[in-house]
Amino acid sequence: MISRRDFLSAGTALAGLLAASGTGLAQAVGAQALSQADLLKFGNAGTFTILHITDIHAQLVPLYFREPSINLGVGEARGVPPHLTDAAFLKYFGLKGGTRDAYSLTSEDFTQLAHTYGRMGGVDRIATLVKAIRAERGADKVLLLDGGDGLQGSWSSLKTQGEDMVKVFSALGTDAMVGHWEFTYGADRVTEIKEKAPFAFLAQNVRSAEWQEPVFDAAKTFEKGGAKVAVIGQAFPRTPISNPRWMIPDWEFGIREEDMQKQVDAARAGGADAVVVLSHNGFDVDRKMASRVSGIDVILTAHTHDAMPRAVEVGKTLLVATGSHGKFVSRLDLDVKDKKVTGYRFQLIPVFSDVITPDAEMAKLVTDIRAPYAKNLSRELGRADSLLYRRGNFNGTFDDMICDAIMKERDAEIALSPGFRWGGTLLPGDPITFDAVANATAITYPACYRNTMTGKQLKDVLEDVADNIFNPDPYFQGGGDMVRVGGVGYAIDVSKGSGQRISDLTFLKTGKPLEADKAYTVAGWASIAQNVEGPPVWELVERYVTDTKAVKIAPNASVKVTGA
Amino acid sequence: MPPRLDVTLVSTRRRALKLAGLAAFAAVLAPRMALATEAQVADEMKKLFAGKTMGEGKIKLDMPEIAENGLVVPINIDVESPMTETDFVKSVHVFADGNPLPQVVTYHFTPESGKASASTRMRLAQTQNVIAVAEMSNGQLYSAKVQVKVTIGGCGG
Repeated sequence: MISRRDFLSAGTALAGLLAASGTGLAQAVGAQALSQADLLKFGNAGTFTILHITDIHAQLVPLYFREPSINLGVGEARGVPPHLTDAAFLKYFGLKGGTRDAYSLTSEDFTQLAHTYGRMGGVDRIATLVKAIRAERGADKVLLLDGGDGLQGSWSSLKTQGEDMVKVFSALGTDAMVGHWEFTYGADRVTEIKEKAPFAFLAQNVRSAEWQEPVFDAAKTFEKGGAKVAVIGQAFPRTPISNPRWMIPDWEFGIREEDMQKQVDAARAGGADAVVVLSHNGFDVDRKMASRVSGIDVILTAHTHDAMPRAVEVGKTLLVATGSHGKFVSRLDLDVKDKKVTGYRFQLIPVFSDVITPDAEMAKLVTDIRAPYAKNLSRELGRADSLLYRRGNFNGTFDDMICDAIMKERDAEIALSPGFRWGGTLLPGDPITFDAVANATAITYPACYRNTMTGKQLKDVLEDVADNIFNPDPYFQGGGDMVRVGGVGYAIDVSKGSGQRISDLTFLKTGKPLEADKAYTVAGWASIAQNVEGPPVWELVERYVTDTKAVKIAPNASVKVTGA
Repeated sequence: MPPRLDVTLVSTRRRALKLAGLAAFAAVLAPRMALATEAQVADEMKKLFAGKTMGEGKIKLDMPEIAENGLVVPINIDVESPMTETDFVKSVHVFADGNPLPQVVTYHFTPESGKASASTRMRLAQTQNVIAVAEMSNGQLYSAKVQVKVTIGGCGG
């Protein structure tokens, strides 16, 4: 039985106190318990309800996930959500430090607030919320949509090729999903999921390379609360660039903005009262798309893992950002009158695992799914002696640990680790289990290569990845974070143009500048090339943690950022 | 009757994007051949079109913003025209400033073509501009330009 924590919530009366003390210590001031019923409180119900979950990354059980402290926007996205963090984020949304909102939405006082508010997510808790809302509204008024990256990111998903999460989404009564990491199980497996799953796998922007024919259904129409709701799917447009194209050799992606407009127009012509895009574009791309494609009522965003307590309005289109790892469920109620959306209410529901009673059926399913791996996953390899997290534009301590492991175990001077945005957080003192390692590394192309690269080549790599993140035109952004570099420091000016952002590359071992023509031994993982040789990265991390026992990562000061 | 397409390939010497080398991020870091420049493309166009003014619109050049596979980047061209004996598209020229030669391909049309559209795939070794120019039967020119980004990829998500 889960012990119920007494939740502290700083009300308005406490705001001044907290601001004055500046410590963000919610515990220090009066306590107010938070309940499951509080989380489910909602304003007036609409004609129908959309529930959005996304980027769960196959996290079946609750976890800690620290939001980024650095998430820079460039061009028109500079200084606006989701490119606000910590104090600036709280100020923008009118939230207070030291609260459960600050804990779930920012990195402020993370360790301390994590001890207070506990882990988040867990599909059994999500099931409880979904069932409660369906019971309140009637199932015929609720649409449950998954924004993709649900089927990948844990050991059980890797071992079952996403079947664990197909079972979970089926049990949740999911109506439709889209894809990104799903494609890293290969075209055959995705086709199998599309054909067998009881929910729709939608993507208007995937074509067969040879004949340019649609690979997936572009859209599906649902009747909810008497309204006709068209849901159009948008897969991650850069999948064959960001992930191995050889796994899906016959499929072409892309944003396909004109085709999206055609889908929207077709949905309207077909009598849709509301048009919803279930997107895996990433927030900035969706914001641009919303300003250029007309007639979309709602874009349910994903991919960039942003969580926002309010919907963002772009013209007549609402953008919803539901976060990642099962930390949140978004509830959006739409009013429909005379075949039009006339109003909305939105609530980003935080999935505080300690106040939500797990749904018994889903809890059993999770136990059954994890049973074959339970013994392996619970193995304690070592301990975190400092906070281990991943998210952030330039580095994360979990990645620093992976880079250290790669350099040591592969005897390399330089390590490269991909800028993935998924993977849980460990608090100081937490055990580093194989489960936790897998949660940050479980991919279908995990080989850790060892190679040589010149200083010039390394700079070119960094420039190319930087342009993928900091190109001022969102349509040229891929949505990951900067590649993590072990053994080398550099400076980056995010305001510069492509090929001109990176400077001052320093070989950390000697403190001297990296030489353009000199070859260095480089090891890394998640190469998108085919037939890469090397051990899976989790084996290296496991050996490293087992040898190190207590992993303490000092704050990384080797990346100097300007131009933000 | 399907539209008849009379294609003259101007450059057949575009070399393969070398994918060998480093397995990881270094896919496009292979040694570079001498490539055309923006200035060379401009010179070539001046030679062909003798300083005639270029109109905008009429021609649609559809290419991905980012190449998924630099070896075979889809290119679709559509020119608005009634395609009658007195008003038709004579030809469409395609230029790329990262190609070994500035001019990549020329498509010739006649009124019997029915419509002035063409699709093919081109090889792009690096980020570059692609320009398409339509030459109408009355001598008017229309152009469209897109930049296609070629990236080494990886690290997404």
